[in-house]
Amino acid sequence: MTSLTTDAPSGVAPAPDARAPQRRRPGGKLGSYLLVRFLLIFPTIFILVTTVFVLMRATGDPITASLGGRLTADQLAERIEAAGYDRPIFVQYLEYLGRVFRGDFGSSISDNRPVTEIVLTYGAATLELAFYAMLVALVVGIPLGRIAAARRDKGVDASLRISGILAYATPVFFAGILLKLVFSVWLGWLPVAGRASTDTQIELQRNGAGTGIYLIDAISTGSPEAVLDVLEHAILPALALGLLTGGIFLRLVRTNVIGTLNTGYVEAARSRGVNERRLLRQHAWRPALVPIITVIGLQVALLLSGAVLTEKTFEWKGLGFQLVQYLLARDFVAVQGIVVLLAVVVALTNFVVDVIAALVDPRIRY
Amino acid sequence: MADLIPETGLVVAHATPPTPEHTSLWKRLPVVHQVRTSVGLQRTMLLVGIVLTLVFLFVAAFAPLLAPYGYAQLSSGDVNFGAQQPPSAEHWLGTTVGGYDVLSRTIWGARPAFLVIVAAVVLSIFIGVVVGLVSGYFGGWVDRVLVVIADALFAFPSLLLAIVVAIVISGGQSSMWGGVMAAAISLSVVMIPQYFRVVRAEVVRVKAEAFVESARVIGSGPVRIMGRHVLRNSTRTLPLILTLNCSEAVLTLAGLGFLGFGIEPTKAGDWGYDLSRSLSDVTSGIWWTAVPPGLAIVLTVLGATLVGESLNDLADPRLRTRRAAKAAALSPVTAVPGGVATDRVPGVESIDELEGPSDLFDDDEGLRS
Repeated sequence: MTSLTTDAPSGVAPAPDARAPQRRRPGGKLGSYLLVRFLLIFPTIFILVTTVFVLMRATGDPITASLGGRLTADQLAERIEAAGYDRPIFVQYLEYLGRVFRGDFGSSISDNRPVTEIVLTYGAATLELAFYAMLVALVVGIPLGRIAAARRDKGVDASLRISGILAYATPVFFAGILLKLVFSVWLGWLPVAGRASTDTQIELQRNGAGTGIYLIDAISTGSPEAVLDVLEHAILPALALGLLTGGIFLRLVRTNVIGTLNTGYVEAARSRGVNERRLLRQHAWRPALVPIITVIGLQVALLLSGAVLTEKTFEWKGLGFQLVQYLLARDFVAVQGIVVLLAVVVALTNFVVDVIAALVDPRIRY
Repeated sequence: MADLIPETGLVVAHATPPTPEHTSLWKRLPVVHQVRTSVGLQRTMLLVGIVLTLVFLFVAAFAPLLAPYGYAQLSSGDVNFGAQQPPSAEHWLGTTVGGYDVLSRTIWGARPAFLVIVAAVVLSIFIGVVVGLVSGYFGGWVDRVLVVIADALFAFPSLLLAIVVAIVISGGQSSMWGGVMAAAISLSVVMIPQYFRVVRAEVVRVKAEAFVESARVIGSGPVRIMGRHVLRNSTRTLPLILTLNCSEAVLTLAGLGFLGFGIEPTKAGDWGYDLSRSLSDVTSGIWWTAVPPGLAIVLTVLGATLVGESLNDLADPRLRTRRAAKAAALSPVTAVPGGVATDRVPGVESIDELEGPSDLFDDDEGLRS
């Protein structure tokens, strides 16, 4: 009967002896894996850039999209010619690739700022939000996932799983609106929107340039009120965005822990009389966490989409908020640039995550 | 006995068919089969998901009959609805800042959500399955290039892509079809790779089977082999991905609407648009414009997710809790997928409790931490 569980595929569980022989690949060194994985960044970015370009230019040009109807046909043609959008699409594509290759993602039409500068200026705020959200997700998702796995099929497990599913069935902006309604409007405990109150913002500015990450800036002013104010503003956005990812982590940790508890080596320990609590703590817990690293990488894309929505909900003046401003101003060159640059960020983050996963888990090789 | 699809982490047992061949077609249908074989919490979750999904489909189909007013109606008779009216007998859920009836717009909003699901899923299943089939069957460098492309697109934030597509399709001012197609096209860019990867993995496995070899020996062409022999054996995991993608589709359309790139209020009801307009209401304590469309999104997504998650967990032998029986305790054969036993051993909830000795003897004592 025990063979039932040992035969079960280990899936993502890391016990080497539980793996089917045909999936074990000969050779494979860390160095060559890292090299191949690094070289794969380039086709990845190339594909992402091409996808955005094709989608954006398949049916028109940004000038007509943003100004069409407001200018006469002649004026429109003039603007299109000046920007070079009347040339063959393939020439434009090559030129676009060349510019992206040199790190030039274009400039916004409305305020003529380079996209890279926009991303650097507002990226800090988004980074801060994403960091808080990831913190919430890890702190909430991982321990609760462990509890759910330990109390499998009991009431605790059922309610945790259902809350987890609810957390990621709720769009971040609706979660944000509800949190705002309850904690800011009805209870009045926390601020409604923004990254800091006006006083704090003035104080931060007086203190000089700073990093753009408000928490660090506030700490460097040395005033506890400023730090508290910045943290108060961060709680609701971080919860709204973090609970979503936390629900995903909860489910993943639960699945992996249950899977690992059924692998051959845990089964062996169990048959030696090791009790369940110790099995979970000493044998199954850490191996079950390895796949989370990979999933964190996939979450970066979700987190960025979520950050755009959260920033609009809480008027958090980051990259997403700025993206919406450019959308409303119909500045599509800026939008395209920001989207492409974010896609590049996602590709790079995934590379880093894969490298970490490969360092932790020796089976991840080409 | 079982296979791991590495890309998805899904585990599919395939040594035994999910249900014996002689059972009727109805009982072998994806979701129906799972309802019949699942137990306990998993079954409840699956059933709740199915009910929520059916309610959503019903509302989408009969919106004109269910909604008290039209989605763009501002007055009834000669009386204007008025803006931000609290719930009353005339307007069960009040009116929005634009003077629309909240309940009506929430009901009408099910239609574009349904359309985006259909459009996105049809587009991506069709392309993903065909490309996955051909790529996996023939292999070679085309296959390798396609895998790299699929990997690259897999991590693309679909909402950001949707914004770009919305600009192209409509210049940002959407009719119902504009908004729906913008969401659907960008979603399929992200979803095609998912279907591609799953189908391709299955095809690579199936094409090595003896029956494919036999077909080739008797002179069947590649098209016939792919269509008749390989495709039918490679579609098992599709229902699962499909349901999870439905929720993603609804969320992306709502996100697009929330960012102001959705469907114009005069063209159709749109939950995302209504929520974006309710942002300022919330600050002044007006809850009725935000909560109904938000709940509609949550329930719709919840329905699809519960079905999808249940299909996933039921397909994963590590997670499945099965009906236990004397037969199961005696012979491992009934423990294969689809092995449904009838009676229970007193005091034993599931086969899993029979697996580890400590479980059996300690009665889970070690887990009570």
